[in-house]
Amino acid sequence: MGDFSAVLLSEWVKVKTVKSTWITLLVAFVVTAGLGAVISAVTNSQWNSMSESDRLTFDATSTSFSGVYLGQLAVIVFAVLVVGNEYSSGMIRATLAAVPQRATLLLAKTAVVLLLVLPVALVTSFVTFFLGQALLGDHNVSIGDHGVLRAVVGMALYMTLIALLSLGVGFMLRKPVLSLGLLMPFFFLISPILSAVPKVKNVARYFPDTAGSQMVHVVPSTSVPYGPLAGFFICLAWAAACLLGGYALLKRRDA
Amino acid sequence: MIEVHELTKRYGDKLAVDGLSFQVPQGVVTGFLGPNGAGKSTTMRMMLDLDRPTSGSVTIDGRAYHQLRQPLKHIGALLEAKAVHPGRTAYNHLLWLARSNRIPVGRVDEVLGMVGLREVAKRKSGGFSLGMGQRLGIAAALLGDPKILMFDEPVNGLDPEGILWVRNLMKLLAQEGRTVFVSSHLMSEMALTADHLVVIGQGRLLANLSMDEFIDQNSHGFVRVRTPQPEALLEALATAGITSRPLADGGFEVVDGDPATIGDLARDHGIALHELSPQRASLEEAFMQMTADSVEYRTGADGSAIPVNPGNAAGIAPPPPEDGGGGGWGAQWQQPGGKRRKES
Repeated sequence: MGDFSAVLLSEWVKVKTVKSTWITLLVAFVVTAGLGAVISAVTNSQWNSMSESDRLTFDATSTSFSGVYLGQLAVIVFAVLVVGNEYSSGMIRATLAAVPQRATLLLAKTAVVLLLVLPVALVTSFVTFFLGQALLGDHNVSIGDHGVLRAVVGMALYMTLIALLSLGVGFMLRKPVLSLGLLMPFFFLISPILSAVPKVKNVARYFPDTAGSQMVHVVPSTSVPYGPLAGFFICLAWAAACLLGGYALLKRRDA
Repeated sequence: MIEVHELTKRYGDKLAVDGLSFQVPQGVVTGFLGPNGAGKSTTMRMMLDLDRPTSGSVTIDGRAYHQLRQPLKHIGALLEAKAVHPGRTAYNHLLWLARSNRIPVGRVDEVLGMVGLREVAKRKSGGFSLGMGQRLGIAAALLGDPKILMFDEPVNGLDPEGILWVRNLMKLLAQEGRTVFVSSHLMSEMALTADHLVVIGQGRLLANLSMDEFIDQNSHGFVRVRTPQPEALLEALATAGITSRPLADGGFEVVDGDPATIGDLARDHGIALHELSPQRASLEEAFMQMTADSVEYRTGADGSAIPVNPGNAAGIAPPPPEDGGGGGWGAQWQQPGGKRRKES
């Protein structure tokens, strides 16, 4: 085991001294909050044309979080670049020469992503919620309502777990183009499409994005057979599996 | 102290490094010499635990590299000039390295001054020239004030001023009592800097000796003689028990001859001499001789040069191609033994 606190500090210096970190996290915030605000405003103005059943299952909290489907892509880019940049630039050799304890390195990178994304995600989540609720007019909910605070925190946890999952994929695939080429279409296209295909959707409902949407729902979804807590653990399992996979490859591979 | 023990690395069916064992002597510059593709970079990466050996081991100060808690304080390495993120400044690149090994932050500014990069410390390394990139890499190697330094082809691509600077730096570091291990494919470069030589070819150890020993063993002298009466001189030399061999241009090469003896001999027999000049085989030639059997791209079946064009008929070997995989002209000269892995 290496010197974890020194490596953690070193990884923090790395992350904060490249522009891509701040750009991607800012984009994640702006897109999630902005798109959520637009969708909340549109929903409010179109309320009268909505069907009765839609009105009955309306979830004000998750509606204000609609922007995360796009915003999460910026979080994915951030996490993938944390490790992918090192492989594309050749810097990984300098890193592993300075920190030959590969488990320590992976843990430190994981900790830095966690410690940076979680606060950003919490701010994003609360701002998005209050902005969305303000624009939903009469159809909004309050943070004190049953299950709402849990969903707002759940949204932040979802973003954080997606970042950790992406970090793991970044360690496995190394080249950022590969990692992004897999993750972006998966979250933006493949998973939503598969979730609509009969039979396949029985599997697709355990994909991380579907599990994540359970975390931010206050009104239970009828199409998914598990609740927010299970959703959290499913996301956690995905993130852990990707990080373990990343470690298994990092450990034995030539740099 | 670096000890390499039975180190082997296999890529598919190709042995890049084959049972390599040697120690790097302390406090001197050791040249790690071999033709392109001999396994030098692979060996160096395995020394740093970057590449996993197929078998064998390397110890630094008696421990495996990954057992060193703060490796930068034991060994500093320059592997590639561009092992930096182009968007990060030179200062910040050294800062994260310093943090990872608990090196005082003040040392960053110190090494930037040592390599002459203090003025551009706040500039992004992506805009650096090759020479500046190399200096940054050397600053990173010096950061932990290590007793051992390792440089992989440090002068490649540098301008004459940069080459001179690197040479002097290596000598200076050895004078300070540090161990310097530097790879090169140029004997002429090593002749100027190295005190000790480790020569490899096709991943195998060919020689491990001091530079003085190498010169003694390989740099034999001979005397070139030219005369209008070759038969008479040959006879006189043979009578005196001196071996000689004729050259293509009608002259002779007298091995182990001494110009004074040959000149006196010619005078005693009344033979006119048109040329009498002592010659020394260059170290480069000796190195090429040593590695002739192990180079991957032969220039001719017997090691002699095959001219690629009439203008190159003087016997200068054409350079090996950059990449053997492309099936260029070099491919047909490739020795059996599989594909060459591109050195990087």
